[in-house]
Amino acid sequence: MTLLRVEELDCRYGLLQAVRGVSFEVAQGETLALIGANGAGKSTLLRAIAGAHRPHAGRVVFDGADVTNMPAHRRVSLGIALVPEGRRLFPSLTVDENLRVAAGGRGRWNVQSVLEVFPLLQPRRHMPAANLSGGEQQAVAIGRALMSNPRLLLLDEVSLGLAPIVVDAVYRSLGGIIGEGTTVLLVEQDLTRALKVAGRVICVLEGRIVLEGAAASLDRDRVIGAYFGLKRPA
Amino acid sequence: MTIANAVLQGIFLGAFYAVLACGLSIMFGVMRIINLAHGDIAVLGAYVVFVIVQNTGMSPFVAFVAALPVMIALGYLLQLTVLERSLKSGILTPLLATFGLSIVIQNLLLIAFSPDVRSLGGNAGAVTTSSWQITSGLSVSALGVVILVVAVLVFGALQLFLSRTRAGWRMRATAEDADAAELVGINSRGVYARATALAVAIAALGGLFLAIRSVFDPVSGPTQLIFAFEAVVIGGMGSLWGTLLGGLALGVAQTVGAQINPEYSALTGHLLFLAVLVIRFGGGRVSWRAAR
Repeated sequence: MTLLRVEELDCRYGLLQAVRGVSFEVAQGETLALIGANGAGKSTLLRAIAGAHRPHAGRVVFDGADVTNMPAHRRVSLGIALVPEGRRLFPSLTVDENLRVAAGGRGRWNVQSVLEVFPLLQPRRHMPAANLSGGEQQAVAIGRALMSNPRLLLLDEVSLGLAPIVVDAVYRSLGGIIGEGTTVLLVEQDLTRALKVAGRVICVLEGRIVLEGAAASLDRDRVIGAYFGLKRPA
Repeated sequence: MTIANAVLQGIFLGAFYAVLACGLSIMFGVMRIINLAHGDIAVLGAYVVFVIVQNTGMSPFVAFVAALPVMIALGYLLQLTVLERSLKSGILTPLLATFGLSIVIQNLLLIAFSPDVRSLGGNAGAVTTSSWQITSGLSVSALGVVILVVAVLVFGALQLFLSRTRAGWRMRATAEDADAAELVGINSRGVYARATALAVAIAALGGLFLAIRSVFDPVSGPTQLIFAFEAVVIGGMGSLWGTLLGGLALGVAQTVGAQINPEYSALTGHLLFLAVLVIRFGGGRVSWRAAR
C-alpha cells in the first residue's frame, strides 16, 4: 500500500530550481534512502514533504489525501514527522520539555519509551538542550519527531557533524525503530550506510532522480556514477 | 528618611511601569515585534473601562474584568489581520505598521471621546485615597500596594505559564524557532495570536492603573510607551523578570530624581536608560546578541 506519493514536484528558491519534476512513491513499512551530493535537492524535497517548504508545482499525497498546501503543523497530526537538518532543537527548553512539547497522536512513543531507546538522555532529562553534545542533541531531535507517533518518519542527514562512533549508536537505535514497521524516508550522504539501512534507494542529481532501485540490486559503482553524474543512465 | 520614602514610592511607580512594559516584552520576546502602538493600546483599554464605568456605574476594577474579553478579541484580531501580514516582509514592516496603528488609535479616540482629560480615580473608591503612615516621613498608599501586588502576580503567573504548562512550552518553542515548532506540530500562527492577545490584555491592565492613579486623554499613549520601552531595555530585551526589575529601577530613578528637584523626574529615568545602553552596548564592544 502506498503511504506517500510525490508527483512532478518542483521546488524553487527564487530563481534557483532545487527540485525538478520529481515523482516517487513510498510504500507502507518501507525504508527508502535519498542519496546524492551536496545541493542535489534532497533536503528541499524532505522539507516540501513535511510542509516547511511550499513547492512551486506538483503534488504531495499522503495516505490518499492531497497535503500539498497544508501547513506543516497539520501534517504532523496526520502522521508526518521530520527530523530537520542541523537538529533545530529549542535551546532553552530542557530535554524533557523538547520531547513533551511535541507529544501527540496515539502509539507506543512517549517520554518513557523514547528514553528507553536513547538511554544516554536519561541523565540529561532536565538540562537545557543547548548544553548537550552533538550526539545527544541528535537523539533528542529523533525522539522529538517520534513523540508525535508518526506513520512516516523523515530523517535529514542525522549523521552530519557527528563522530563515527556516535553515528553508529544513532543508527543502532534507528534500526530498532525501522524494524517496528514505521515507514522511513531518509537523506544520507554516507553511501555505505544508506545501502545498508534502506530497502530501496533513490539517487538525486541536480534536482532530478537519476537512479532508483532496491538497495540489494544496485552495485556500488553504478550508484557512485549516478551520485556524481559521471555516466548518466539512459 | 526622605530618600527612603522616594525609593519606596519609586517601587510603587515602577510596578506600574512594569505592568505597562510586560506586553511589550512578550511581543518582542515571542515575535521580535517592537509594538509602537503599545501605549495607545493601553490607553484604548482605559477608554473601554471608562465607557463601561460611565454606563453601568460599576467599580473600574469590575469593569476591567468585563473589558478583558473585548481586549483579548482585539489582540487576536490585531495579530491575524495586521501584524501577521507585516511580519512576512521583514523586521522593519511591523515597526511601521504599529506606528501607523498608533496614529489611527489616537485619532479614533479623539473622534469618539474628544481631547478632554479623563480619570477613573474618583470611581475607584477608597483605594485611591487610603494610605498607611509607617513613620513621619514614610507613607504607603493602598493603590501603590495594589499595583505592586498585581504586578508581581502577573509576572509570577506568566513565569509559571511559560515554565510549567504545555501551552507555555509551545510559546517558548515558537519564540526560539518558529519553523522547527511547526515541524513538531505547533500552530505558530495560533501561538502568535495568543501572545498578542495576552500582551493586549496586560496592556489594558496598565491602562486601568494609569486611569486610576492619574489622568489620561487620547494622546497619552506615546508617553506611556517611552516609559514601558525604557523598562524593557533596562531589564534586558526579551527577559520577563528583567522587565519587572527594569520597571522598578526606572520608577526608583524617577522618584529619587524628583526628590532632588521635581523637574528631574523624567530626566533621571532617561539618564538611567542611557547609562544601561552605554554599559551594555558601549565601549566599542557592540553586541546585538540580546536583540537577535
